[in-house]
Amino acid sequence: MTVIWEPLPYWYPAVAALVVLIGASTIRLVKGPTPADRAVAVDAVNTLVIASMVLLAVIYRQIIFVDIAIVYAVLSYVSTLYIAKYLGGEM
Amino acid sequence: MIAFAITAAVAMGMYLIFTAGSGNIGYWSLSELIAAVGLGVVTGAVTKEFLCHRHEYRMANPLRFLLIPVYVIGPFFLEMMKANLDVAYRVLTMKIRPGIIRVKSGMKTDLGAFMLANSITLTPGTITVDIDEATNDLFIHNINLPEGDEEKEFFTGEELFALANLPAWIRRIAE
Amino acid sequence: MIVEALILLCLVIGVAFNALGVLGLLRFPDLYTRMHATTKATTFGSIFTSAAVVVYGAWIFLATGDSQFLTLLIHALIAIVALAFTNAVSSHALARAAHKSGILPHPAVVDRLAEVKP
Repeated sequence: MTVIWEPLPYWYPAVAALVVLIGASTIRLVKGPTPADRAVAVDAVNTLVIASMVLLAVIYRQIIFVDIAIVYAVLSYVSTLYIAKYLGGEM
Repeated sequence: MIAFAITAAVAMGMYLIFTAGSGNIGYWSLSELIAAVGLGVVTGAVTKEFLCHRHEYRMANPLRFLLIPVYVIGPFFLEMMKANLDVAYRVLTMKIRPGIIRVKSGMKTDLGAFMLANSITLTPGTITVDIDEATNDLFIHNINLPEGDEEKEFFTGEELFALANLPAWIRRIAE
Repeated sequence: MIVEALILLCLVIGVAFNALGVLGLLRFPDLYTRMHATTKATTFGSIFTSAAVVVYGAWIFLATGDSQFLTLLIHALIAIVALAFTNAVSSHALARAAHKSGILPHPAVVDRLAEVKP
């Protein structure tokens, strides 16, 4: 059974916009006066990376990208919790 | 025994959801169904003390956990929409008046306090900063406190939501 | 045709709210207000961009009956659930840790938490 993935032109600008936003978040990552500000910026970057991975799955026609996005979401959650523990002085 | 059965069923269901679309018995292939049963039994045997460590089986009632999607799609999504329009307005105009307030949640179970805290984080103008674990009181950072509200000692959960009564929904689900 | 417009609408809403979230991250004056922008706006925006993929998967699954697209749909839904859940919890953890480490909300009219735990 051959599959026709419809060529839809508007996925590309959406991913391009998300990549620009990831670039913009890194301004706060560099500037942020406190470590907690940087952690918040990393959290925002993680969310945007997950969103763009789900869109890239449609562009590259690979469903495995969505699975990678799920695993990335869970791993970045664990790493953020560890950063938070470290910042709160519990480690 | 009940803990083992519940954990095994949850793990099996998760595996089946992840592999839907792999074959043609229903939507699954035979090998995936066998793997689901095997992994469910192993996961249930290993982790039964984690999922049910209080040995309270109130959430095993299907009426309760089937209410969660209804809650998320209905009242919670409405509040979330309003929250995002509110944040958009604050970002563009920078009219903010922030402060940390104390809210009496009135939740009796951990799951109730957890769900209320997460709902508050994603709904209008508020994020949860801390929980008093003895009384389940929440400390909430509010981005735009109305004039005069900084004098109040306590807030109730119902005062935070304008469109729908989310604490009542959570009480219906978790208590 | 209508479905394509729906997908386009979802993408536009998602990217717009993501942009507002990042703009808030850059503009707001202190940590907690920045957290308002990133948590709410980027979660909502990412839910909508992923919802575009869900609509696309459902559309082609109903048109061709190919189960590959059912997998795409369900996995995108799981990604949405994972995203919403993990973002809320991790922002709460970060806010709590920041307040513990002594970062107070700078423009603030009241701070009940600092009164309880000095």
